[in-house]
Amino acid sequence: MIGVLGLQGDYVAHGLMLQKLDADWQIVKKPDQLQGLDGLIVPGGESTTLLKLIDSGGFWPHLAALEHQARPILGTCAGMILLAREVHKPPQKSLGMIDITVERNSYGRQAESFEAVGEYRHDGRSKPLEMVFIRAPRILRLGPEVERLATCRGDCVLARQGTVMVASFHPELTRDPTVHQLFLEACHR
Amino acid sequence: MNEQSNVDTGTLRLKTGLAEMLKGGVIMDVVTADQAKIAEDAGAVAVMALERVPADIRAQGGVARMASIEKIRKIMEVTSIPVMAKCRIGHFAEAQMLQALGVDYVDESEVLTPADEEHHVDKFAFQVPFVCGCRNLGEALRRIGEGAAMMRTKGEAGSGNVVEAVRHMRCVMDTIRGLTVMQPEQLMHTAKELGAPYELVRWVAANGKLPVPNFAAGGVATPADASLMMQLGAEAVFVGSGIFKSGDPEIRAKAIVEATTHYQDPDVLIRVSENLGEAMVGINISDLDEKELMQTRGW
Repeated sequence: MIGVLGLQGDYVAHGLMLQKLDADWQIVKKPDQLQGLDGLIVPGGESTTLLKLIDSGGFWPHLAALEHQARPILGTCAGMILLAREVHKPPQKSLGMIDITVERNSYGRQAESFEAVGEYRHDGRSKPLEMVFIRAPRILRLGPEVERLATCRGDCVLARQGTVMVASFHPELTRDPTVHQLFLEACHR
Repeated sequence: MNEQSNVDTGTLRLKTGLAEMLKGGVIMDVVTADQAKIAEDAGAVAVMALERVPADIRAQGGVARMASIEKIRKIMEVTSIPVMAKCRIGHFAEAQMLQALGVDYVDESEVLTPADEEHHVDKFAFQVPFVCGCRNLGEALRRIGEGAAMMRTKGEAGSGNVVEAVRHMRCVMDTIRGLTVMQPEQLMHTAKELGAPYELVRWVAANGKLPVPNFAAGGVATPADASLMMQLGAEAVFVGSGIFKSGDPEIRAKAIVEATTHYQDPDVLIRVSENLGEAMVGINISDLDEKELMQTRGW
């Protein structure tokens, strides 16, 4: 069973992608719903809003426990901001589960939101990957332990460290299931 | 592979995509940079920059127009969340200015005095996404047919009374449900009755929902109101006068944010509704003259 954090944002879009891949999923609105999950997706949305709801819902220790239990976590866009070690513009609290520094709204406002075809590299293979960036954050720094899985316009846009994977784009808004497939492989390992 | 050649902006997927990111959230009307900051700190997913909130527009009368440039700029400067702004119905020049200012969403809104009583803005002509109001499915599909990337039910803005928002949301959702059980040959007749584009009617019949996100607006004043609208099918909530016309805007804003997330959980609703201070004073819709209604602006 995969959980999708359902406090705010496009969590249903992630659920529909999981459904297409025949994975069972449930919306997580309370910390006790994290128990027994094979993995968790932190969706896109507004990171400031999500932070407040994670705080008021008492999620912090439970999310940290998930990482200690090596349960895979995928964060997209706002989800990536929440999972990052360090956040810029403005600086804000984060879970620090992956050793990257990100800058919020780094490509600009909605007028600069864009779709592009990036390059996905995994296991020595390389292929084009459809990407949707909405007021997207940018990864400014990657720690030495962090793998680069995809690039677009010169930036690393999909990164992984251990069981934590993050994307600055929205794979859930495209028809390409590559990122979710990779996440599900980790969940079922 | 040349990545650069494939970059697109202003697509419908990017427009509805931003609306997807706002789902489950609260968009708050603000008239100053300070209010925008309070809204962001309370957990708003976006703010709507306005010259006056609907309750004041109603009370003060006169022509209500797009907010001043300085005000919109200041609000954009102080917040890190998306900023929306309203243009008058049909006033594409105001919309062009809002796009050039770089706002994240334009609301072609009945809350302002309409500039054109026959035509709405051609929203396909813009890179910036538009949200529009609706009272029923036909109106929603006409606006989507013109390029709107997000709908909101109109309700009755500035009334502090949720009854019209409920009426409009129920009407949209009931009509959608009705379409899903129709025979294909009934759809053209229904499109004619609704005054809606046939292709969109077919899409809704096949998918059982609007092709763009559908939010609620117009009269939400309490956490319970937000929960009600979410349970009736809204995917997010706009709160206009309800927050900054209440006794304690900061606490109420936070409470409505939590209520929108946990709309199915009465225990959370009780917790956030305790010690909330005064709600805005509401208006009975039957006390309003026909010509005082904002929802009948646009068609």
